[in-house]
Amino acid sequence: MSDNNSEKANVKISLRNVYKVFGKNAARGVELSKKGLSKDEILEKTKLAVGVSNVSFDVYEGETLVVMGLSGSGKSTLIRCVNRIMDPTAGEILIDDVDITKLNDDELREVRRKKFSMVFQSFALFPHRRVIENVEYGLEIQGVDKEVRREKAETALKLVGLDGWGDYYPENLSGGMKQRVGLARALSVDPDILLMDEAFSALDPLIRSDMQDELIALNDRVRKTILFITHDLDEALKMGDRIVLMKDGYVVQIGTPEEILTNPADEYVQRFVANVDITKVLTAQDVMKIHSPVAFVKDGPRVALRKMKEHGLSGMFVVKSSGELVGHLTADKAAQAAKNEDKWLDQVTDRDSVLSVPLDQPVRTLFPMVESGNPIAVVDEDHHFKGVIVRGSILAALAESHSDSTSIDEPSELASKVLTPGSNNEAASDEADKENN
Amino acid sequence: MGTRELMGDIIPQVPLSDWIESILSVLTTLLSTATRAVSTVFRNGIRGITGFLDTLPPIVLILVLVGIAWAIAGRRIAIGSFLGFLFIWNIGLWGAMVSTLVLVFFATILAVAMGLPLGIVAGLSDRFFLIVKPILDFMQTMPAFVYLIPAIPFFGLGATSAIMSTVIFSIPPTIRLTALGIRQIDKELVEAADSFGSTTYQKLVKLQLPLSLPTVMAGINQTIMLALSMVVIASMIGAGGLGGEVWRAIQRLRPGDGFAAGLAVVILAMILDRVTQKIAAQDRKAS
Repeated sequence: MSDNNSEKANVKISLRNVYKVFGKNAARGVELSKKGLSKDEILEKTKLAVGVSNVSFDVYEGETLVVMGLSGSGKSTLIRCVNRIMDPTAGEILIDDVDITKLNDDELREVRRKKFSMVFQSFALFPHRRVIENVEYGLEIQGVDKEVRREKAETALKLVGLDGWGDYYPENLSGGMKQRVGLARALSVDPDILLMDEAFSALDPLIRSDMQDELIALNDRVRKTILFITHDLDEALKMGDRIVLMKDGYVVQIGTPEEILTNPADEYVQRFVANVDITKVLTAQDVMKIHSPVAFVKDGPRVALRKMKEHGLSGMFVVKSSGELVGHLTADKAAQAAKNEDKWLDQVTDRDSVLSVPLDQPVRTLFPMVESGNPIAVVDEDHHFKGVIVRGSILAALAESHSDSTSIDEPSELASKVLTPGSNNEAASDEADKENN
Repeated sequence: MGTRELMGDIIPQVPLSDWIESILSVLTTLLSTATRAVSTVFRNGIRGITGFLDTLPPIVLILVLVGIAWAIAGRRIAIGSFLGFLFIWNIGLWGAMVSTLVLVFFATILAVAMGLPLGIVAGLSDRFFLIVKPILDFMQTMPAFVYLIPAIPFFGLGATSAIMSTVIFSIPPTIRLTALGIRQIDKELVEAADSFGSTTYQKLVKLQLPLSLPTVMAGINQTIMLALSMVVIASMIGAGGLGGEVWRAIQRLRPGDGFAAGLAVVILAMILDRVTQKIAAQDRKAS
């Protein structure tokens, strides 16, 4: 799906065989890296530190691309190469088809002013400037008139929900608010591209989650191309349209969150993925039973009863011939209707208490619903029936997506998660233990 | 002596002092016109200012100085300064203190005027910092008296030589701490300024100088203190002032006079230190 999208969209940033080697005679490091020597081997041999090795990927306009890796994977070096705060040792970096590695200082400054903004892990707010003066900075150095830039800065502050905080100094603000200022400062110059270097990593988990949600909501409005760096896979999966996984300076895998999770490229990615709470990522669509039998309104009670008997069900969903979901019918009700010689299922179909969810409903939120024991119908935007979710189908999907990568005891852990909806892992396994006893 | 003779038998002595003297004599000849001009300007300037200050009644000058101290450092330090100045006046060293203060003032102005730009360059350029650092170490470890000797052939005996050797002796802290202040700024702040497309000048004026100001002020404070100590030593080449009183007391073996002048130096040092420290602290609070 993403591939189709990407062919249509413009390429905003294109990295081609980018290398960054630290030390004297860095070109030799590139050479050795091209020969296939690992980061450690090169360091041992030449004392050169390879930061980024042969990285190539495209970022499409309006896309949020997350570069994810542990510390030392080269992700922070990479993002600094993109706006040339660090100069790449080799390779091309195209911004709107212009190779910025070839620009002179003046041209580079112009590109930085017009196209990029950067948000930093430690916020990097100027401590001697008030909040509003921080937000104005980008415009100020471009020589924008004082009134104009003040107005734009106020707008940007409003956008991040810090209306009225302009006169404070950064030291008076909490971490979350500081990063909002950082974001406002980045947005005030109206850049095409936001570079976010571990922007939320320094925030505590609740604030971080809020900021993630807000950035997603905000970007629905402002539609920037975002290159987002993180070491947190959960964050990567939540924020990213696509994810680039890095290790030791090179790219391990590029793909959508689903692709990374369901089809890890190698053991390294698998190990990452094993730690992810998969229920946050899978949606109703991924776990529903597609070929589940349904009763049509025109079927009549006897036909419906026979279908249930055939498939060993105590009830089934009723749909119109167009596919639109009408409701749920239990075997009892169908039998009663048959006794009453009803021709249609209309009267006996339960329309009100039927559970239905959209295709993209996260699996996590389904747990409380399957607890009741009633099946859930999955419908598309037109309320057309697409599939059924029962407790067993969630378990099956989770077990399947993990079967390749995890050890034998893990499915039971997952199962315990399903059995205890809404609780965190530890509590879940505790309860599972109790149940086992 | 024995080791030196032994050494001389095997390897001839390096004529280091001869070399330095020839270099200096060449330089003095080449630069004599310039140095003589500088000397005249300084001598006249200092003489003019000191002469003017001498015509003022001491109490007027004391009130002006205390007023400055009050404006910068507040009431407590102003009262202390007032009492200190009164005491110096009382023991008959007021005139000597004024001429010392003028020398310190001139030397500090020059040292800061040269040290600040050098410190900024050293703060921004790694290479220049690497070159400058050992030179600063050298300048600070060299015994202070040594600077007096070459000053004489260039500028002659008197205030100008005193100021020049004082500038050389007191400039290192300003250079060093300005460079340090710029270097210790959080890397991400500089990256942030860069990422928005700041020019080098914008980065310096809007970020690096304001943030390094407390450190720079601490450097200037040290420069002032070093200048005071050097101005006292420079009495040996005719700088006069409080140092001159001490020097005279040594020559006449009058410990009472010597201690009195020394005490006046201490009082002046304390006043200068407290007042300039307050400037640095205020900057820190504002930033």
